[in-house]
Amino acid sequence: MSILQVSELCFKYPDKTILENISFSLEKGDFLCIVGTNGTGKSTLLKLILNILKPTKGEIKILGESASKFTSFDKISYVSQKATGFNADFPATVEEIVALGLYSKKGFLSFPKKSDKLKIESALERVGMKSYSKRLIGKLSGGQQQRVFIAKALVNEPEIIFLDEPTVGIDVKAVDSICCLLGELNKSGITIVMVTHDISSILYHSNKVLHLSEDGSAKILASEEFNSQTIFNHVHHNH
Amino acid sequence: MEILTYSFMQRAFAVAVLISVITPLIGNIIVLKRLSSIGDALSHSSLAGVAIGLCFGFDPILSAVIFSMLAAFTIEFVRRCFYRYSEIATAVVLSFGVGTAAVFSGFIKNSSAFSSFLFGSIVAVSSFELFVVIILSLIVIVTVIILYRELFFITFDEEGAQLSGVKVKTVNFVFTLLTAIVVSVSSRTVGALVISSLMIIPVACAMLISKSYRSNVILSVIFAVLFTVIGLFISCIYNIKPGGTIVLIGIFILLLLIPFRKK
Ligand SMILES: Nc1ncnc2c1ncn2[C@@H]1O[C@H](COP(=O)(O)OP(=O)(O)OP(=O)(O)O)[C@@H](O)[C@H]1O
Ligand SMILES: [Mg+2]
Repeated sequence: MSILQVSELCFKYPDKTILENISFSLEKGDFLCIVGTNGTGKSTLLKLILNILKPTKGEIKILGESASKFTSFDKISYVSQKATGFNADFPATVEEIVALGLYSKKGFLSFPKKSDKLKIESALERVGMKSYSKRLIGKLSGGQQQRVFIAKALVNEPEIIFLDEPTVGIDVKAVDSICCLLGELNKSGITIVMVTHDISSILYHSNKVLHLSEDGSAKILASEEFNSQTIFNHVHHNH
Repeated sequence: MEILTYSFMQRAFAVAVLISVITPLIGNIIVLKRLSSIGDALSHSSLAGVAIGLCFGFDPILSAVIFSMLAAFTIEFVRRCFYRYSEIATAVVLSFGVGTAAVFSGFIKNSSAFSSFLFGSIVAVSSFELFVVIILSLIVIVTVIILYRELFFITFDEEGAQLSGVKVKTVNFVFTLLTAIVVSVSSRTVGALVISSLMIIPVACAMLISKSYRSNVILSVIFAVLFTVIGLFISCIYNIKPGGTIVLIGIFILLLLIPFRKK
């Protein structure tokens, strides 16, 4: 059974068609990169899958449930494109932010447990931010914040993680380490769906690429079908 | 200090301290959602309710509660239309409240009743009002504790909260309702013109020095209680208006804290 199935998906704004008749499916353990030039609807596609936006037409099934009725929030995580766009003076520690990631597992009316603390620690350890747990989130660099948001996405042990350009505005070394981290998570069995412009992460870690074009169409390629040249073309020359 | 032995003063103190515990609990969320002006909008709308109540002879506190609830839901609704510019919503509602209050206050025969709502009349607290404030405080404290994580999550990242299964609409509804009730009930005692300051200033002080969200919440309550107690003593001793005194003490402490803010 596929873990994510998108069939004949269309999305239009009154004045503009963003996505036209898109179909693809993912199996457990896939690592999908979504590529395309600015404004082709990459973020829109993620938001449709996550039911933040409603499709004009078509169907999305995620973990066997229809996206519009999806309630297994504990099985997915999302790192949004503007994850680091919050107010820098927001008084919250790294630990408190990561703890929010546990909400979907624990739900309404639950108390903090000792095991939560261990889970938070180990998620922070995996992203290399353990020693920052008591620091204020606003006092970290952009790359460090992004790691914290990835830790928040990991802490509930999801089956799928969705990330929207998690490596924007981060130095090359940090991009590499975040991509390797995602690669490792993927090897441990987590399905990853990531919007990115970063060619090396596509090359080294993903096994599928979804390329969105300006006319709203999309093409899905398997890892065997691409090498650095075709990816370069897909990312840079929209054709 | 023998003044504290009078039972009306004890009631005044009890009410003021309770209000100073609950207003920053609400204020924390409001400030962090960048909706600081909502308190002003609601308190002015509740004044409109008071004016209309006094004019037509219904219970002014009841009509204040109704008006500020209407105002709160209008703000919540307009805020969705101007997502990143929610101050438009509060500004519109505030103007409506001021306008309505001003027009109807012209028809009120007993103008001192109206002005007691403007600046509060903490010493005139009846035992019934004390009872109402105790119940209200319990409701606010319990709700804020139960919804602690939900409110924190929504305040930090509304979309993320939704995707983690937080019932965002319900929590926002409950919170809006609480805010409206707290504002209108406490304007009676501390004054509509200062209630919003009592929500914001303690939180501002806490934000200068807090090292986490939790400590921000706790510190803001401590600050608010501190301002209130000092303010009430000073206002008793020198016989000045308590609401204004409390707020001025708050501003004074805020200024004192600025050099100590976390870097
Ligand atoms: N409310 C709206 N009304 C009309 N068009 C919109 C609206 N919001 C977004 N769009 C359009 O939808 C398109 C897709 O936006 P989206 O954010 O999905 O692009 P993206 O591929 O993620 O781009 P980027 O690489 O810049 O993140 C854009 O062309 C944008 O102009
Ligand atoms: Mg985008």
